[in-house]
Amino acid sequence: MKVLVAVKRVVDYNVKIRVKADQTGVETANVKMAMNPFDEIAVEEAVRMKEAGKATEVVAVSLGTPACQETIRYAMALGADRGILVQTDQELQPLAVAKLLKATVEREDPGLVILGKQAIDDDSNQTGQMLAALLDWPQGAFASKVELGDGEMDVIREVDGGLETVKLKLPAVITADLRLNEPRYAKLPNIMKAKKKPLETIDAGETGVDLEPRLVTLKVNEPSQRQAGIVVESVSELVDKLRNEAKVI
Amino acid sequence: MTILVIAEHDNEQLKPSTLNTVAAASQVGGDIHLLVAGHNCASVADSGAKIQGVAKVLLAEDSHYEHALAEELSILVTGLAENYTHVLASATSVGKNFMPRVAARLDVAQISDVVGVESEDTFVRPIYAGNALATVQSKDGIKIITARSTAFDAVDAEGGSAAVESLAAGGAYGQSSFVSQELTVSERPELTSASVVISGGRGMANGENFKLIEAVADKLNAAIGASRAAVDAGFVPNDYQVGQTGKIVAPDLYIAVGISGAIQHLAGMKESKVIVAINKDEEAPIFQVADYGLVADLFSALPELNEALSE
Repeated sequence: MKVLVAVKRVVDYNVKIRVKADQTGVETANVKMAMNPFDEIAVEEAVRMKEAGKATEVVAVSLGTPACQETIRYAMALGADRGILVQTDQELQPLAVAKLLKATVEREDPGLVILGKQAIDDDSNQTGQMLAALLDWPQGAFASKVELGDGEMDVIREVDGGLETVKLKLPAVITADLRLNEPRYAKLPNIMKAKKKPLETIDAGETGVDLEPRLVTLKVNEPSQRQAGIVVESVSELVDKLRNEAKVI
Repeated sequence: MTILVIAEHDNEQLKPSTLNTVAAASQVGGDIHLLVAGHNCASVADSGAKIQGVAKVLLAEDSHYEHALAEELSILVTGLAENYTHVLASATSVGKNFMPRVAARLDVAQISDVVGVESEDTFVRPIYAGNALATVQSKDGIKIITARSTAFDAVDAEGGSAAVESLAAGGAYGQSSFVSQELTVSERPELTSASVVISGGRGMANGENFKLIEAVADKLNAAIGASRAAVDAGFVPNDYQVGQTGKIVAPDLYIAVGISGAIQHLAGMKESKVIVAINKDEEAPIFQVADYGLVADLFSALPELNEALSE
């Protein structure tokens, strides 16, 4: 079974982002970029499936500018066999991403697609579910454990009240939550090896997919900042403040 | 304009977040219809009919709606959506699961995790873990929206008298099925709607030590939360996690114990009215957002706090 993994290039999660002064967005020039952390978990899960003999090939796909090749190379350093870049300079929103991924799925015919549950830049948490709907496949969103069976799989999902197990008929789409696994670090020899793995580029325009953004960003601004309060000296002072000043207990 | 709100429930009771989502719908303006989809859930529809501002309740009952499977719910909601200008659900694990499927089937964008309504087509939503707020305008005919509960004050659960209309259930999709659930059983208030939350982080050192937090939580009738570090370390279950990708809370009082305050955690709690931080590291970033900071060893501070609250 072939597994397709979608990876997104985002601002590194350690970077404290800055809103542009003209309120058109967030500063991304000269900022450290990295693979979306949830997508790293997705890649790791696919690679483990291959190592366990349950997957035959892991294909990493990313969408966007040529800079996304870096993200695909990183996926290959983690163990993906080859990569596909669906290239465009256009701003891509989740619906367009899902449509481009659908086109890629139709071309590659994988038995399973794994994505991160959300990207830490736009925090949309939509693409995997949208892709599943467009393919008319079942989905296991927010997966914290998966067990592949014969033609089906069990997915333990993180839900608000705890955990939920669902059974999906394959092919299916999975989105990775934090505790699905702990991704490995890319070792130097594997980073070198990844440079030689095949990476194909497809022009997004040739897929015939409508990429037009449906949401117009009117402005991006900073949320109101909290002011640091006071440091209390003791527990009794704290309780006194909470009772008599803040009046919350 | 007519708006469809998807009720969240467990086939017996309406989840409180539904009241916040109706509030968000009220800000958009127009008639509000409430969809209750489930199995043997007529009592939920009756509660829904009493919610302030709800003009009509649609009740869809069938066994394949029992567990709110995304595949089944999205087919039902997609079929109804064409009669509406907006469809809203809570940005909970249920809403986040099925709503993007609805949007994709309708070929429209979803506007996730909305925290503000500017007009019928313009909404505010957090990006980058809440470190920026984006104001977005939708060009689509139907607006598919998930609303963040803490950003909208709940409407009254009583006082309305909407009619309940039963819908014919659609066929089952059948490619997915519910197997089991393992829900955390607790006598405490629910994390996202509690007025007091006390959370523990890596500083708790192990799960056993959460008893210290439990004792204080009992005194304050508080819900218990945790940082990602505490959940990843296995101290407490996943559903305790507060943060960018966990639960978003905004209680009257939030007490962070042994939590350093990574931006991903702050994203989940910085809208709380009063924040208390207890940490032995005075440089911890959590102190920058805390109204009251106590630099202390939590292993002595928590028992002391428990004692002081007994007085």
